[in-house]
Amino acid sequence: MPETGHETAAQPPLVMGYRHRLPVRITHWLNLVILAVMLGSGLQIFNAHPSLYWGDRSDPGQAWLSIEARRTEGGSLRGVTRLAGYEVETTGVLGVSAGRDGAEARGFPAWATIPGPRWLAMGRRWHLFFAWLLVLNGLVYVTYSLLSRHLTRDLLPSLPELKGLGRSLREHLSPRRLRAQSTRGYNPLQKLAYLVVVFVLGPLVLLSGLTMSPWLDSVFPVLLDLFGGRQSARSIHFVAAFAFVGFLLLHLAMVLLVGPVNHVRAMLTGRLQIRRSSQ
Amino acid sequence: MSHNHRPSRRRFLEGLLGSSGLLALTGCDRLSQTQWFPRVLRSAEVLNDRLHHLLGGPDALAREYSEADLSAQFPSNGTRSPQDPEYQRLRANAFRDWRLEFGGLVARPMQLSLEDLRALPSRTQITRHDCVEGWSAIAKWKGARLSALLEAIGPLPSARFLVFFCYDSLGRSGAKYYESIDLEDAQHPQTLLAYEWNDEPLPVRYGAPLRLRVERQLGYKMAKYLNRIEVVDSFDGINGGRGGYWEDRGYAWYAGI
Repeated sequence: MPETGHETAAQPPLVMGYRHRLPVRITHWLNLVILAVMLGSGLQIFNAHPSLYWGDRSDPGQAWLSIEARRTEGGSLRGVTRLAGYEVETTGVLGVSAGRDGAEARGFPAWATIPGPRWLAMGRRWHLFFAWLLVLNGLVYVTYSLLSRHLTRDLLPSLPELKGLGRSLREHLSPRRLRAQSTRGYNPLQKLAYLVVVFVLGPLVLLSGLTMSPWLDSVFPVLLDLFGGRQSARSIHFVAAFAFVGFLLLHLAMVLLVGPVNHVRAMLTGRLQIRRSSQ
Repeated sequence: MSHNHRPSRRRFLEGLLGSSGLLALTGCDRLSQTQWFPRVLRSAEVLNDRLHHLLGGPDALAREYSEADLSAQFPSNGTRSPQDPEYQRLRANAFRDWRLEFGGLVARPMQLSLEDLRALPSRTQITRHDCVEGWSAIAKWKGARLSALLEAIGPLPSARFLVFFCYDSLGRSGAKYYESIDLEDAQHPQTLLAYEWNDEPLPVRYGAPLRLRVERQLGYKMAKYLNRIEVVDSFDGINGGRGGYWEDRGYAWYAGI
């Protein structure tokens, strides 16, 4: 133990503890880049037909979500988003936003799509290439987690932890307690969130994506039954993608809450600064 | 020059995040414009093609639906009414003078009228049409089974692809539409030269008098307004060299996904 001087009188000493092993760190950051590309290129593809339906067909007027551009009497374009019968004007972001030559009709804006300009063929290339990287990265992570017991030791909540979910939820309301807890390992809610993302959301987004392939539908017709049709699969794929975005925002908020420098550094170097007594 | 106030760490982090996000996006656009990067991305297309063909042989059939599933409105994409003068002349005469030329690397090249095609072994199927844009519609198609016609025409051992030349043209360049599929897809039981749509003669907006149906691929493979089929060993020398109108414009030749 290094000598930490008189600080010890008031507080336990700060030490660096090993938190994240190299394979976890590498797959974590790769995943961030891959998911960003999948989302951007996915929105590019969505923009080619910015409406979502249930079932096998995309019947006109039957979309549960549609992002439209309408021309007003004055001749200008108005972006309108319709969700389950309700309409909201979304000009500037959804339906109509800035293109190369002023406002243009497009589902999601250029800053959210890969590539920026309308370019379906290129968006599909990015998406279908990075989909393989996402699967490979996911397989590496899951295989490593199983073999190294990262899954059983760090991610699977114990029975008492599951029983104490309410307590864990209350802990999330106090940043101070959450910060103290965060250096002891993943908390039960956090464990569940990671497990849901890896073992529910991941397979869901992959399978719903594959269901949109007419070739794979012929090889595995069960995919169509599983999702209730190709257009349903497209809807679920979209919702799952935004569930990833939701997780990402929550994840970011938690990191900011419990100490961004300490935790981002830990995900880069593996080492987390912790109070000795909390070990 | 010096500043009295130091920017806060938070503001610095925010700026870093924002600008790196923007940089990454412009980076993606730059990469898309290069020669080499889209080529790297295309390697996944080859992988998908190989893997899908390994998984799905001639026995894997696209799902067939019932009459109750038919789309009330079936979209017409691409050309709705070809402007080609020869096409218009043929159309005026209800396609009685239209002939499908079928040649190339074959033992017995043929010229077929609509009557000839109707006399061939046929198949009727209600299938889902999936557009690369994302929409799907269901319709009933009847047509000559391409596998039976291929057997009659006798592809030579060097034959690898069928190239479909069409009467319609798209875009400002006025380039004629064309498409290509491999022999395996051509021999699939659901691959048809369709002359009927929902129990009526194929309407012009859907490709009269004859269009291709390749049910396990996206809509752009299913060339409309067929004029000529050529059996080749390579499509490198045809038009843009990528095997199709949309393929020459960056879309994947393998459109099973």
